Amino acid sequence: MMVWLILLPLLWASFAFLLGPGRGTWLAMAGLFAQLWLAFALASEIVAGGAVIHAIGGWGAPLGIDLVADGLSAAMLLLTQCIALPLAVYAHAYFKRDDPAVTYFWPLVGFLLAGLNALFLSADLFNIYVTLELLGLAAVGLVAAGGGAQQIAAALRYLFATLVGSGAYLLGVALIYGAYGTVSIHTLTPLITAEAPDLVWIAGGLMMVGLMLKTALFPFHFWLPPAHGGAPAPVSALLSAVVVKASFYLILRLWIGPFSSLTDAAGLVVWLPALLGALAIFWGSYQAIRAERLKMLIAYSTVAQLGYLFLIFPLLASAGALQAGIMQAFAHGLAKAAMFMAAGTLIKATGQDLVAGLAGVAERMPVTLFAFGLAGITLMGLPPSSGFLAKWQLIELALSQQYWVIAFVVLVGGLLAAVYVFRVLRQAFLLAPANSVVTPVPRTLEWTAFVLAAASVLLGLRGVELMQLVGVT
Amino acid sequence: MNFNELLPLAVLASSLIPGLLIFALPESWVRLRTALNLFGALVKLALVLLLIVGVQAGESYGVHFAVLPGLDLAFKADALGLLFITLSAVLWLFTTLYAIGYLEGAPRRSRFFGFFSLCVTATMGIAMAANLFTFFVFYELLTLATFPLVVHRGTAASMRGGTTYLVYTLLGGAVLLTGIIWLHHLLGHTDFAHAGIASALGSAYDFQLQMIFLLLMIGVGVKAAIVPLHGWLPQAMVAPAPVSALLHAVAVVKAGAFGIVRIVYEVYGIEFAQSLDLLLPLALFAALTIVWGSFRALFQDDLKKRLAFSTVSQVSYIVLGVALFGPIGTVGGLVHLVHQGIMKITLFFCAGNYAETLGIHKVSEMNGAGRRMPLTSIAFTIGALGMMGAPLTAGAVSKAWLMDGASAAGMDWAIWVLWTSSLLNAAYFLPILWRLWFKSVPKVWPGEHIAARGWRETAWLLLLPPVVTAAMTLAAGTLSNNQMSPLSWAKLIAEREYLHETIIRTP
Repeated sequence: MMVWLILLPLLWASFAFLLGPGRGTWLAMAGLFAQLWLAFALASEIVAGGAVIHAIGGWGAPLGIDLVADGLSAAMLLLTQCIALPLAVYAHAYFKRDDPAVTYFWPLVGFLLAGLNALFLSADLFNIYVTLELLGLAAVGLVAAGGGAQQIAAALRYLFATLVGSGAYLLGVALIYGAYGTVSIHTLTPLITAEAPDLVWIAGGLMMVGLMLKTALFPFHFWLPPAHGGAPAPVSALLSAVVVKASFYLILRLWIGPFSSLTDAAGLVVWLPALLGALAIFWGSYQAIRAERLKMLIAYSTVAQLGYLFLIFPLLASAGALQAGIMQAFAHGLAKAAMFMAAGTLIKATGQDLVAGLAGVAERMPVTLFAFGLAGITLMGLPPSSGFLAKWQLIELALSQQYWVIAFVVLVGGLLAAVYVFRVLRQAFLLAPANSVVTPVPRTLEWTAFVLAAASVLLGLRGVELMQLVGVT
Repeated sequence: MNFNELLPLAVLASSLIPGLLIFALPESWVRLRTALNLFGALVKLALVLLLIVGVQAGESYGVHFAVLPGLDLAFKADALGLLFITLSAVLWLFTTLYAIGYLEGAPRRSRFFGFFSLCVTATMGIAMAANLFTFFVFYELLTLATFPLVVHRGTAASMRGGTTYLVYTLLGGAVLLTGIIWLHHLLGHTDFAHAGIASALGSAYDFQLQMIFLLLMIGVGVKAAIVPLHGWLPQAMVAPAPVSALLHAVAVVKAGAFGIVRIVYEVYGIEFAQSLDLLLPLALFAALTIVWGSFRALFQDDLKKRLAFSTVSQVSYIVLGVALFGPIGTVGGLVHLVHQGIMKITLFFCAGNYAETLGIHKVSEMNGAGRRMPLTSIAFTIGALGMMGAPLTAGAVSKAWLMDGASAAGMDWAIWVLWTSSLLNAAYFLPILWRLWFKSVPKVWPGEHIAARGWRETAWLLLLPPVVTAAMTLAAGTLSNNQMSPLSWAKLIAEREYLHETIIRTP
């Protein structure tokens, strides 16, 4: 089952490549549907019977490669497939046949998903490096695929960031291998707990910084807004919703796994991610409030929303912190994908991408605006939405550990999000100017975004199962 | 799931489902939309009637779902909740009828009625919430569902009103959330219960509980428009008249006032709140609001703005009644929750009629309107007299119980506050009545849109709702001892709140 989650996207990506530019859509959708089913099956298997280990070809570690899935990985796999399928349907309706961006779209998306799924299932540090590179290169390819000068510039910037990030990570892995002679996460954890020379601290620091760069945590966020804001809408949605979460997942995995003894001993250093997260919330929101272009606004909102994920690190002493983090990852993933998709539809219909040009869309494109609004509710953390549950959990954890400052940041962050979300909604509710033109768009574009946005809200009414899944180790 | 669990959900669904369907309807399907609206409103009334009969017979209705481990979305339909539910369900029907007449031929009606139904759903959720978490979920949903209605006209002025509304309510929501989570962290739950839950904590937590009370009151005080948190309400009068009715009588300010009632009685418990010294500050803020709102109303020439400041004042009668420590004050506050609703909705319906029929928006333009629109003006007069507390109206009943409650609680200053407010009410309503009935008819009205046809001074859908609610104002005032009157229901609740005391005396 786990192997197929990696093989399937590789298979349909290869077929799509062989079939030629823009082809292979239906194969991809069939594959994505199967992947979604597999992810659900895996999750229910884990809830029922605990974590699953699969040795590829029957050769276990250290000789072969192990695939390991616990609640955390299963949740991330589920999130990825849940977003990928509607997104593919959207992309199929979004791209025209002769759009240059669609030439290698399906193969690149396939490789990207294979990289992601493999990353969530990997159990050793070197395999993770390989998946990171696969993921990064596919993502850069997708950003560059539009072919415009600005997109190429954004892609090069992104390429630089992702290469430096994985370089730092690889250096760390090399140091660890030198120190302990193994890269298996499972084997490393007791070894590092027993003895951690200074070199391991350096290795850990390098890996963390590299991954933070890839997650676009403030102040490493410089590459994200142009890349996510400039790419075609389906690509922006995929990158903002899931790709940045992959490196966050790794930070979390290492933090509570092999490096847990280091983070316990690190004292105030554990506050560093939370501090950067708080700054990300403020700075990202500020830039989103100022942004003139709709997609830049949403991209900066991603910078801000990623900040919440890092607020959980000082709180990890409670089991609930992990659950709060995953709830926020789901909330942001579903909502941000929906929001970029809705923005893409609005831009297609109005023929321009300024926030100021949205007057009247509430009347002309109600479904899309609804999708945007529902996604906005999740991002603001208003009930009933998954974003609200994430914030509830974060604030309660912060209060129970007497970290008032974290609760304050979460609340203020929600209000700042309201400012930029309602900036868009207000504009949309204004009466349309007489000369404005709205080109009709395929309904698929409107409804796929709506489905994801509604999912982000409905998850807020029933988070028990997800929390149960995340609790399985 | 049995009948008693299903019924509260059905009350929610009776407006949620029509609302969602209406969103999907094309603009031109007027008949189906109207049918859905009325069907939902009537079904809801029938369900509410079932609840009333059941609760009187001692049945309990409730249901809960786990949202997160240890966190439930929980509903209950108890006597207190039903007071609010019945008010909203009845007024919703009339507001819907009014809105159908008011918006005839206007654009964007599917959106309007969709959000309208969502608002009522949120209000029902607030009334039936069985813990603070659920209360908050629907309280914020109400904010979100009213915003599109406030900005419905899509003009720059309505955007300003809508933005002010959002700034106040979202900030208030954040403060409320902080208080709720803090309490949840201390107690492990936030379930409403008779005589409160907060007293379970030891005296070491007194200070924290006082701080939480402050946060909660700021949070719900924004919607209840308690001074100095009232600034949004006069601004929001840019909304169409049915929305004003919704804001002032059916849903929004009522949700705030109802929140105060729930928190004081069923989170803290009235006696525990008194022992923490929480009630006197609350009463003082209520008194300040009562006087300040009436005072500001004096200087408003815009009719709807004058009515808005009047609401600021009147809603705090409810808060004052709650804060008077004693069963009589409780009855006065609870009954005013209903009475203020039917009186104020009458006034806003009438204001809408003057604007839609004759183009009158200002008090100074109302000369002689009584002769042109006698039925509307009679309804307006009844509503205004009720607000002053004139005999035979619902307002008289509220005021009598509140004053008795104040003297029973030994807070004689509150009686002076109520008298001052009555005088101020007279000072800003009587000139309007004078203009309506005794000034001569102008040559041309500011903008006559609807011509009179026989006795029908305006469209009949605009005329019917204020006439009915005005009649209800009189009925609540004269038949207050009837078993189904708001007063009897308020007594039932107060008896259940103060188990050890019984209410015998009627003022």
